[in-house]
Amino acid sequence: MVMAFAHWVHVDYLYFASYTILQFIVLATAWNILGGYCGYVNFGSAAFFAMGAYSSVFMHKFYPLPIPLLIVIGAAVSGIAGLGMGYLTLRLRGSFFAIATLALAVVLQTLVVNWDFVGGSRGAYIIRPETLEFAGYEINYIEYLFFLMLSLAVLALITARTIERAQLGFGFATIRDDEMAAEASGVPTLRVKLIATTISGAFMGMAGAPFPYYIGYLQPSSAFGLEYAVNSIAMPMIGGTTSWIGPLVGAILLGSAQQYATVTISSAVNLLIVGLMLVGFVIIAPNGIVGLVQERLRAWRRP
Amino acid sequence: MDISWDLLLNAIAAGLLLGAFYAAVTAGVSISFGMLDIVNIAHPAFVILGSYIAYFFNINFGVDPILISILAMPVFFLLGSAVYQVYYLSFEKRGQESLRGLAFFFGLLFVTEVTLILVFGVDYRYVEAAYIGPSIHIGIVDLPLRMLVPCLAALALFTGLQLFVTRTFIGRAIMAVSQDQLALQLMAVDPIRIKRIAFGLSIATAAVAGALLIIIQPIEPSVGREYIGRVFAICVLGGLGSMPGTLIAAMLLGVVESLTATFYGPSWAPAVSFGFLLLTLAFRPAGLFGR
Repeated sequence: MVMAFAHWVHVDYLYFASYTILQFIVLATAWNILGGYCGYVNFGSAAFFAMGAYSSVFMHKFYPLPIPLLIVIGAAVSGIAGLGMGYLTLRLRGSFFAIATLALAVVLQTLVVNWDFVGGSRGAYIIRPETLEFAGYEINYIEYLFFLMLSLAVLALITARTIERAQLGFGFATIRDDEMAAEASGVPTLRVKLIATTISGAFMGMAGAPFPYYIGYLQPSSAFGLEYAVNSIAMPMIGGTTSWIGPLVGAILLGSAQQYATVTISSAVNLLIVGLMLVGFVIIAPNGIVGLVQERLRAWRRP
Repeated sequence: MDISWDLLLNAIAAGLLLGAFYAAVTAGVSISFGMLDIVNIAHPAFVILGSYIAYFFNINFGVDPILISILAMPVFFLLGSAVYQVYYLSFEKRGQESLRGLAFFFGLLFVTEVTLILVFGVDYRYVEAAYIGPSIHIGIVDLPLRMLVPCLAALALFTGLQLFVTRTFIGRAIMAVSQDQLALQLMAVDPIRIKRIAFGLSIATAAVAGALLIIIQPIEPSVGREYIGRVFAICVLGGLGSMPGTLIAAMLLGVVESLTATFYGPSWAPAVSFGFLLLTLAFRPAGLFGR
């Protein structure tokens, strides 16, 4: 019986840990669609993530729905927020968008703390069922959440890869390289940028929507946690921003390292390491791990 | 709603005092973002660092926080110059300031905050000085010295900066580099050196702003984040890089925040600056006094 218990704890922990890493893959990929492809920095990932999470809490109190529908709602809320933010700030200088997203997180947190319906500063409990009936089978709820997040991660990666190879991706790249030249050669830059902020925001909202069910008790400080903002920037930057592989590599490496480090050392030290790695990588290896590997390959192929 | 006059007057007075302090926090960003076009979002982190230095020397040696901050200014100046040198070599020179430069400052902000958490913990810290506690009364208006002293220090800092920028050679060169870097180069002045000095100066003001912050309120490492929105809202509203504009915008924000806190509750105050920022960006991106 002890053996069975140990086995059960072990497997459940594995699902819990993998869920977090998959969530970071979605966030990092979403950030990179705007940041890496277009060159516009979003510091408010935590705000978009929390919007998804809190729209789920709202629906849970208002009219409970299955999680896949909540994901759609979260995507809509965060996507519209992204569109609005973009519309107000993207016509101006690039840095204004970054500053506005930074301020957005603070203000949304103020809003949620003052909004008692979704729990206010005390937080909200979401009671998660142990198991779930699905097509006649009983499945473990944490496994269900894991598979949902896995499909989201796959969807995000496919979207990023498709964009990269489509006309839209080339439009993004022209904006990143020289926005003035892009505008002059007929790229509808504002529209293209707004598409990027909307897609990016929507994926962050999707990543946040199942979060209350995963964590069971949602507080403003956990939904707006600084680790989301910093990781969703650090992961693509460290992995490499030019292709969809970069955020994936960064999220798996940093995500699993942090899962390991939170168990062994304190979480503050762990965040310090992420911050130092971010600063180090942007200075020394501007193209991330993927860039380093590509350079190595090129040098190796050359006779 | 029945507005009571003494409450209103007190809120406005508190807002003006708070606004002068906000101006001191924004002064550095007015130089770095407004004049040099360097989006230093890590500025509030340097302010908090200044607060903790004031705290450390005040608690251990009993020195006055404002005096400590003035002594810390040269150290902060050197720190700022070093940060600019790294920023210039790694990003500005390669034309990568928009994405990687921003990520660099974000990383600095984050590393400073987490380091302060590791060293000092997340408990609120405060300083001790004779002027913390008593207040003077003018009619029905209370002016706590805890706010009045930082306000006067902030105004002194601001006047000093304005005189430096308009009256000295280096100050004028800083104004020039913000307008036309190439022309400055043709006048045989090294724009990079001027920018290094200017950025050092902007970080030096953070030392003073930090000491004023910890006089006004107890602080913990993440307080700095609340100031990012405020500082940039003031800077944009004041018309990027204009010192008098920054002061007026800061006073305006201080009064509106104080009124919001008095009549709607202090938990709403952080939202005000964001509203200011979005409205300014949407309707008047050049700021109130922009050209």
